[in-house]
Amino acid sequence: MEAIRATFFQECEELLADLETGLLAMEEGQGDSETVNAVFRAVHSVKGGAGAFGLDGLVRFAHVFETTLDGVRNGELEVEASLVALMLRCADRLSDHVSAAKVGESLDPDGDQDLIKQLEAFCVAEEAGEAGELDLPIAFAVVPLSIGDAPEAFTPLVASTEAGPAEWRIEFKPHATLYANANDASVLLRELARLGELRVELNADALPGLDTLDVFGAYLSWTLWLTTEKAEADIRDVFEFVDGDCDLTIRGPGANDTVDIAVTSTPDIGDGDRDLIPASAGPLEGEMSLQDLLAMARGASSDTAEAEAAAESVIATEPRVLKEPSPQVSESANAPSAKSAGKATDVAQPTIRVDLDRVDRLIDLVGELVINQAMLAQQVHEAGLARSGNIALGLDDLEQLTREIQDSVMAIRAQPVKSVFQRMPRLVREVASMTGKSVRLVTEGEGTEVDKTVIERLSEPLTHMIRNAVDHGLESPEARVAAGKPAEGVIRLAALHRSGRIVIEVSDDGKGIDRARVRSIAIERGLIEPDAVLTEEEVDNLIFAPGFSTASAVSDISGRGVGMDVVKRSIQALGGRISITSIPGKGSTFTLSLPLTLAVLDGMVVSVGDHTLVVPITVIVETLQPKPVDVRSLGPHATVLAVRGSHVPLIDVGSAMGFRPDPASGSGVTILVESELGGLAALRVDSIQGQRQVVIKSLEQNYDQVPGIAAATILGDGRVALIVDVDGVIALRRQTATRPTLLDKAS
Amino acid sequence: MTKVVLTVDDSRTMRDMLRLALAEASFEVVQAVDGVHGLEVLSQTEPDVIITDINMPNMDGFGFIEAVRRDERRRGTPILVLTTESDAAKKQRARAAGATGWIVKPFDPAKLVDAVRRVAA
Repeated sequence: MEAIRATFFQECEELLADLETGLLAMEEGQGDSETVNAVFRAVHSVKGGAGAFGLDGLVRFAHVFETTLDGVRNGELEVEASLVALMLRCADRLSDHVSAAKVGESLDPDGDQDLIKQLEAFCVAEEAGEAGELDLPIAFAVVPLSIGDAPEAFTPLVASTEAGPAEWRIEFKPHATLYANANDASVLLRELARLGELRVELNADALPGLDTLDVFGAYLSWTLWLTTEKAEADIRDVFEFVDGDCDLTIRGPGANDTVDIAVTSTPDIGDGDRDLIPASAGPLEGEMSLQDLLAMARGASSDTAEAEAAAESVIATEPRVLKEPSPQVSESANAPSAKSAGKATDVAQPTIRVDLDRVDRLIDLVGELVINQAMLAQQVHEAGLARSGNIALGLDDLEQLTREIQDSVMAIRAQPVKSVFQRMPRLVREVASMTGKSVRLVTEGEGTEVDKTVIERLSEPLTHMIRNAVDHGLESPEARVAAGKPAEGVIRLAALHRSGRIVIEVSDDGKGIDRARVRSIAIERGLIEPDAVLTEEEVDNLIFAPGFSTASAVSDISGRGVGMDVVKRSIQALGGRISITSIPGKGSTFTLSLPLTLAVLDGMVVSVGDHTLVVPITVIVETLQPKPVDVRSLGPHATVLAVRGSHVPLIDVGSAMGFRPDPASGSGVTILVESELGGLAALRVDSIQGQRQVVIKSLEQNYDQVPGIAAATILGDGRVALIVDVDGVIALRRQTATRPTLLDKAS
Repeated sequence: MTKVVLTVDDSRTMRDMLRLALAEASFEVVQAVDGVHGLEVLSQTEPDVIITDINMPNMDGFGFIEAVRRDERRRGTPILVLTTESDAAKKQRARAAGATGWIVKPFDPAKLVDAVRRVAA
């Protein structure tokens, strides 16, 4: 049951996402009837599941919501903007209910009242319709609506005080519709026999000759005497499904208890030639066949010929029983059926759910496999075997396979970012309504896939960034109109793959960063010296500094003591980076760049001094050996490299990392790399050892975050190599002069 | 003599609950996610009883029941509809389409099994 509960909440999340997607489509006027149906089903299914788990508050709210949606579905309610907006808020509330239920709590029902009232206001017409339903024929009030639940409703009618069994007389005449719906007189008799002692008398008078017999017709009727301690409601329960499909008269033991008006002759209780059917008899335990019943019916009938005709007619009336019952059932219990059942499940859900732990274990193992394969390759190489030899060729194949296994395993953990993006529309709505702004959220690249862990940990920083964008980025509608922009602000959330990483952009078309203000605040907080010379980019990046907050009054929305510095830290913890570009008056764009996976990367292994480093292949544009004339000094510490007519910063990795005090002169290889923002830089290293796939071992988890270093890995020869964080190294360059020994901590 | 029950429901939760309740009562359970899929499954299996939801994508419960009843061989297969109390009219509609009986959601496993036994031949 716990497992089903987990499934329920998982399904709820999907349903709520569908609900929101559907409502948003309706909001934009794209809601066709299938969308409305899907929205209805989502709420309906949440309600259905919630009912099963006894989540009453959730069910009550969902029910009102569902009723409204039903009205929309039937075309009784007009889809207007205000209704869709209301339903979006209800979807949010429903989602709150689910979240609360998930942790075993329930929301204060008073919180629902406002929404419920508004929904009901829309549903006035609907309500009238429901009230009308209550006026339907009395049968609806009498027929038990749920199996076995009904007795309370009927107790007053029953002489319940009377102790001991009573005999009931039941007249039962099925209509053809009873058989058409696959109900079966024999089954009903069997069920009656469960309640007590049953005597059966068949009336086959209406049975025509074979030549005029309609095989789908109904000709037989029965008079039954049931001696039972059960109440009338229990007897009626047996006929619950066939109510309206038969003539049914139930007459109680005392005339005063009679509920039905139709009175037939009084039962001849003492009649000895009728067989009594004991309720406890073996064949009755759920397996009494039609043949048995017919035999009883035959016994009950005084005229044998008539009974035989009756038996034939029953068989004719129900073609199904013409089949031999036992072979049919045993056949279906056999393997082919089970197989087809399994197949059916496959068609339905081409997915399996696996414990994340198992996948992670597999990924770890594959990582070890990669290392092992690299070591083996190195040893073969060192043994001096011919490159064209069979062993070397076999190793190549092994490498290929290892790589494919790795990709496949990684793909298991990959998920579209949609799951995170989906939560954002709601957030935007909430923040927009709190700040009185009008905002439209545009999302792009929802299908972009990334490692599950990355997705999970992306939610919080993204939430904060979106909140900031609405709260601080966008102007109030009045200010926007005054600035000649549309009153509605646009927040764009996009995901894309770029050079082996996933890039997520959050942009707004607001006022952009007020650099003068950022600067004055930074000075005020002592983050920079008053006379510091900073580029625009550097000023913008001040907002990521710990303790910086531009909101002059701490607002409800962004000011929760969490600044952009926290966002930056959580992104860094994922091996990612965050940067900002801003154009005054036009808006700002935050760019997050994250590794696709946290487990492996293709790297170029290089030597710097005594150290072996790995540069991620994805950032490398080309490698070159520059002529001394192409290297030019720029100021006391910086050098630039002329590459095909343009100049790029030249960074000596050895000195930037603090491996040596001064840049190595002369020799070496230069690797041209592309930074996250698209700019180029040249990294100088001593030599290149080769290219290989490496397994990433986190430094943060095992040691601490080190600027300029993304992670560590184990090479084929068993040595540890550090993986260079190229953008980190570029950032380090500016600080190299003041902090020459950055790796002190690490070395 | 294991009896086979086909359940048709688009909700995973509901399918799991049906499976659990029916399997505990030692029925063999075959499942489908909507009406169209249900008909596909029916072409490969011979259920003794069918249980179907009403609100489903692709083909809803009414459409499914009508399609099953159109099939000569399935004329006598009992079909139970999963419904909610509020749906008295829906119940009528399901019966008009050829449903044998109904199960009220949320269902109690014992009552579910009872209902299946009641209609199973």
